[in-house]
Amino acid sequence: MIKDFEHFAPKTLKEALALLDKYQDDCKVICGGQSLLILMRQGLVAPPYMIDIKGISELSYIKDEKDGLKIGAATTHRAIEKSPVIKKKYPVLAKMETRLASIQTRNWGTIGGNVCHGDPAGDPLPVLIALGATLTMAGSKGKRSMPAEDFCLDYFETALEPVELLTEIALPIVPPNSGTAYTKFNVIESDLATVGVAVSVTLGAGDSCQDIRIVLGASAPTPMRPKKAEAVLKGKKITDALLAQAGETAATEADPISDIYASEEYRRELIKVLVPRLTREAMAKAKKA
Amino acid sequence: MKKELKIKVNGQPYDLFVKPNTLLSEVLRDDLGLTGTKRGCNSSSCGACTVMLNGMSVKSCSVLAIQANGSELVTVEGLAKGNKLSPIQNAFLDHGSYQCGFCTPGMLMSSTALLTENPKPTKEEIKEGIDGNICRCTGYNSIIRAITAVVKGEYKEAK
Repeated sequence: MIKDFEHFAPKTLKEALALLDKYQDDCKVICGGQSLLILMRQGLVAPPYMIDIKGISELSYIKDEKDGLKIGAATTHRAIEKSPVIKKKYPVLAKMETRLASIQTRNWGTIGGNVCHGDPAGDPLPVLIALGATLTMAGSKGKRSMPAEDFCLDYFETALEPVELLTEIALPIVPPNSGTAYTKFNVIESDLATVGVAVSVTLGAGDSCQDIRIVLGASAPTPMRPKKAEAVLKGKKITDALLAQAGETAATEADPISDIYASEEYRRELIKVLVPRLTREAMAKAKKA
Repeated sequence: MKKELKIKVNGQPYDLFVKPNTLLSEVLRDDLGLTGTKRGCNSSSCGACTVMLNGMSVKSCSVLAIQANGSELVTVEGLAKGNKLSPIQNAFLDHGSYQCGFCTPGMLMSSTALLTENPKPTKEEIKEGIDGNICRCTGYNSIIRAITAVVKGEYKEAK
């Protein structure tokens, strides 16, 4: 049973920020609520005030601009999945969305809500980090931006201040000769990741690995980049032996938990297998790009 | 404090007052008596509570009723026209797409949402279209056959 709360439905970002200033830690922001309502039903979250930003239309958009793509935080997963510009320029993002929960959840749930939920097993953040996304937050005193990879601090904890709202996700233009791939291993399709892996590769002269970002989901308290594994591959001509080494290194760097879905050891094994597999997939895409 | 909730359900307008912590499934079942919408897992997993909100399928157990203010909803009770069943309902009957029947309202709503959006889905797209709905009896094949029959044009909209 969800505890009683007072509900505010601001129509503009400015109104929402004024309410956040007023209620701060006593309120919780809801957009689609597809993650939050589950926690509220279990009594894990019971805010006296709820600020409902689902009706703020200025936060729902997909804009293809000169310096990249801008996605409003209140854009639904389904809108991203179906967006022609995202399918064309960031196909990995659209494909990730098709595996996020179910159609019903994607119709109502939003990308900003998912990111702010800060679940290390969530699908969007690994892909956004691999693509080099920047997040913009607004408070009544102004805006600030940070790389998506710095946003999560711990399990379900983010850099968002109580008086701030996530407003926008910006994706840079994909550099030439680059490819990004994402997959998650899960037992039931439409479930969260047991382990998720996103890899973005930029190829240089002679198909050497000019740049690489590896992002692990459900492998640590936050989505994480195994930077030692990246260093194994960066600047080198990628071989099967190096890929195997990168997988081993990433599995060691990760800090996964044991839970009902998988043991820590099994998660490390998944990382070891998936990092080389996804790097190969990203390289194949980069060669075609 | 209760808040006003104006919604249209299956074409009928309602003007209600609900507490903000009320879920859409609770309004439909408990306030409006539309018990075709099932409360299954009540945690966004099973899809038995699926309804259409402004033409999109949503899980009504995981939407605050107040967020549906001003919306048009369709529940399983709204699929038939008078006593004429919709094509997908007839196809479910003919293909025995029920065992215990508990998932049926949600399956019908997801199938309807799928066919509204994409009248000619492939078999893979049909499977994706109902992947948010769980059938505990595991009768998925008969459901897929029913949807396929509608896609093939074997069932016409009642006049």
